[in-house]
Amino acid sequence: MTIMLYLIGVSLVMGGIGLVFFLWCLRSGQYDDMEGAANRILFDDPPAE
Amino acid sequence: MTPGALPRTTEWGPGACRPLAGAGQSPAASCTHCGLPVATGTSFCCPGCAAAYDTIQHLGLGRYYAQRLLDPAMRAPRPESAGRWDLARHIHTQPDGTNTLTLALDGLQCGACVWLIEQVLAREPGLSQGRVNMTTRRLRLAWRGASEQAERYVAAVERLGYRLVPFDAAALAAADDRTGRALLRALAVAGFASANVMTNSFAVWAGFAEGMGPATRSLLYWVSALIAMPAVAYAGRPFFRSALVALRAGHTNMDVPVSIGVLLVTAMSLWETLQGGRHTYFDSVVTLLFFLLIGRVLDHRARGAARATAQQLLALRATEVSVLQPDGSVRRGPQESVAPGARVLVGMGERIGVDGVVERGSAPLDASLVTGESLPVQAGPGTPVFAGTLNLGETLLLRCSATGAATLLAECVRLIEAAEARRGRYVVLADKVARLYAPVVHLCAAASFAWWWGVQGAPVGEALLIACAVLIITCPCALSLAVPAVQVIATGDLLRRGILLKSATALERLAKVDTVVFDKTGTLTEPTLALVDDPGRDPGALAVAASLAASSRHPLSRSLLAATGPVPAASDVEERPGQGLLCRTKAGEIRLGARGFAGDPAAPATGGPELWLARPGRPAVVFAFQERPRVDAATTVAGLRRAGLRVLLASGDRMAPVGRVAAALGIDDWRAEVGPTGKVALIESLRAQGRGVLMVGDGLNDAPSLAAASVSMSPASAADISQTVADVVFQGRALAPVGMVLRAARRAGAVMRQNLALSLLYNAVMLPLAMAGQVTPWLAAAAMSGSSLLVIANSFRARVREGGAA
Repeated sequence: MTIMLYLIGVSLVMGGIGLVFFLWCLRSGQYDDMEGAANRILFDDPPAE
Repeated sequence: MTPGALPRTTEWGPGACRPLAGAGQSPAASCTHCGLPVATGTSFCCPGCAAAYDTIQHLGLGRYYAQRLLDPAMRAPRPESAGRWDLARHIHTQPDGTNTLTLALDGLQCGACVWLIEQVLAREPGLSQGRVNMTTRRLRLAWRGASEQAERYVAAVERLGYRLVPFDAAALAAADDRTGRALLRALAVAGFASANVMTNSFAVWAGFAEGMGPATRSLLYWVSALIAMPAVAYAGRPFFRSALVALRAGHTNMDVPVSIGVLLVTAMSLWETLQGGRHTYFDSVVTLLFFLLIGRVLDHRARGAARATAQQLLALRATEVSVLQPDGSVRRGPQESVAPGARVLVGMGERIGVDGVVERGSAPLDASLVTGESLPVQAGPGTPVFAGTLNLGETLLLRCSATGAATLLAECVRLIEAAEARRGRYVVLADKVARLYAPVVHLCAAASFAWWWGVQGAPVGEALLIACAVLIITCPCALSLAVPAVQVIATGDLLRRGILLKSATALERLAKVDTVVFDKTGTLTEPTLALVDDPGRDPGALAVAASLAASSRHPLSRSLLAATGPVPAASDVEERPGQGLLCRTKAGEIRLGARGFAGDPAAPATGGPELWLARPGRPAVVFAFQERPRVDAATTVAGLRRAGLRVLLASGDRMAPVGRVAAALGIDDWRAEVGPTGKVALIESLRAQGRGVLMVGDGLNDAPSLAAASVSMSPASAADISQTVADVVFQGRALAPVGMVLRAARRAGAVMRQNLALSLLYNAVMLPLAMAGQVTPWLAAAAMSGSSLLVIANSFRARVREGGAA
């Protein structure tokens, strides 16, 4: 049954990566303008920073 | 499209400048840049548009025209010479020397506009960030260096035809954003925890059938506990905080049973894990928090959108006034900062920002938003003027009058405040349910504990576990989703149809409306007047008159143009304020204007507003005007009556015109010559009869009655103060949004009640099972998720179905 310990560990790490990734997206403001983001992909030139 | 209308560049494709269906203009007759109608054969409506087109082509951004979609409900991107703003007051300088400025953006049509603005700003030197937020319609600028550079950036965007207004509510918006983000973070943590704990729980449930050993089960419970407890501590904070606030204030809300249930069940499950027991409820607790947080996030979205709309409207309405300093210089400042006695300059086409008395100059004023009077009033030295009137003539010098209680605006504000105080706070449906819900749930949990422990003689632990199951089962996650999910879906749909809901409770209040009170001028009738047909009139006269009128902003000129459609403007037209227009040709003077300026003083009066055309060697021609109802006013009123609503008309205008409009629209219940106080009294008497009253009005004189009604609507052409007071603001020329909003609200109200019934039904079934001790953790988790998903799915039925944009 030690395989289960590994599996629990692996699932937690993978879920954790997803969570951290989401929190990073949120922090960097990617959820601030959902409507704009949906339209931006239609235009080729990325706005220069 | 005719070849003559084609501009010279290759970027211009056949798909360019497509107005949306219903705009009613063929591409050949619309301005290449802003899409407004122009005379056939010309490409641009004004030099500003031509310059904007050249700028865009020069920067190599011509693809904009091929990719955009013009929205007829929005302001056309036509460059205007707007008043200059004192930007310096709104610029924030960061400690590292970066300046930031947030501006409200008007005229944003589609994604291509965002692209265009950002590309143009990217070519401005020194700017480190120029980003448009399409959801909130704001532009954020960040740059290093002198703060004066802001003027250049703003001018670059305004040249394209967008209007920018510095936004002052930055601090408020940021605070709002923080709550939203905290909720999303809590939602993410709860989602992560529920997925992982549920994985373990499935193993345990399968283990009951497959014969899992107690050691393995205990291990899985420990893993679940280690995930669930920090998650509850983090994701539960919004509920714990709100419950504490409510308890301190001495009352309960929905969060009190939630917090008690969550904490008690977590503690109980931990105890079971320590004891090596068979059942824990970690999965239910985190899933519960996950669903509750979805409801919370949706609720926040609905409220946030309403608030952002209100802020945006306020920002775009904000006006600055030019104050003449004693040393002769002119300084611009916000209208609040103008002291009584200060001298204020008002240019042509500018809206007057203060109440005052004219000191120098004379000009016609458009006071339609203030008094409901559709004709301009001539003002000269000594005439009192009110904030909100539009100056149609030469520059006026005003002396700001004392901001005493005698001014019209102050009088209206006082009436509004009084009406709002009488109206009281509206208790939302969900709160009403919550008030009953909390005590019932706690009583049931306590009763089951007492029964199992006291009567049945079960051990304390087991009795507590049953009480916990009762709390978990009754936790209101479907209930908390019932209202916000519907609100988000319905308000989003209405927004896409140009109807802005400014208040989060407007939808619920609209659903209860059974009486609609309309104002006449500007609400049931068009803002422009209709030309009265005259078969005896020389048809050439209308064309000549229109070519003169094309260069004037006078309401009658605009009404004349509305009757003929776009025509090329005559050159060398001189405007004589208060008299009319003058055009010198080789044959002599052509005059268009008042009877005394261009008309025949002996002709019989037309009884309404009129324009006269005088041409050399021909008799004078008269153009008579009258008010006309909005195109769909009659169908809208008929539709409302068919829906069983009582329709009233209350106007400050005289008997005859009000009666005429009422007869034309089939309204038999109408009142004329009612002042602001009279309208408030009428609405309050209706409400005293227990009726839900919707007031639709646009003028300053309607503002108090808008505040007194159960719920209120204003067209986007209304006075500033009316739009501020109204719960709903609708765009466009049609009146159909009134019917649409009421239908959407009734539908949303029905779906909300269904949702509440569904979640209560679920409780009615599950509660006895839980109290009987028959609910195992897997049943609790399945029933809870099932009811929440059912409620969310049902909410999609609140979509606004009516086809065709308003």
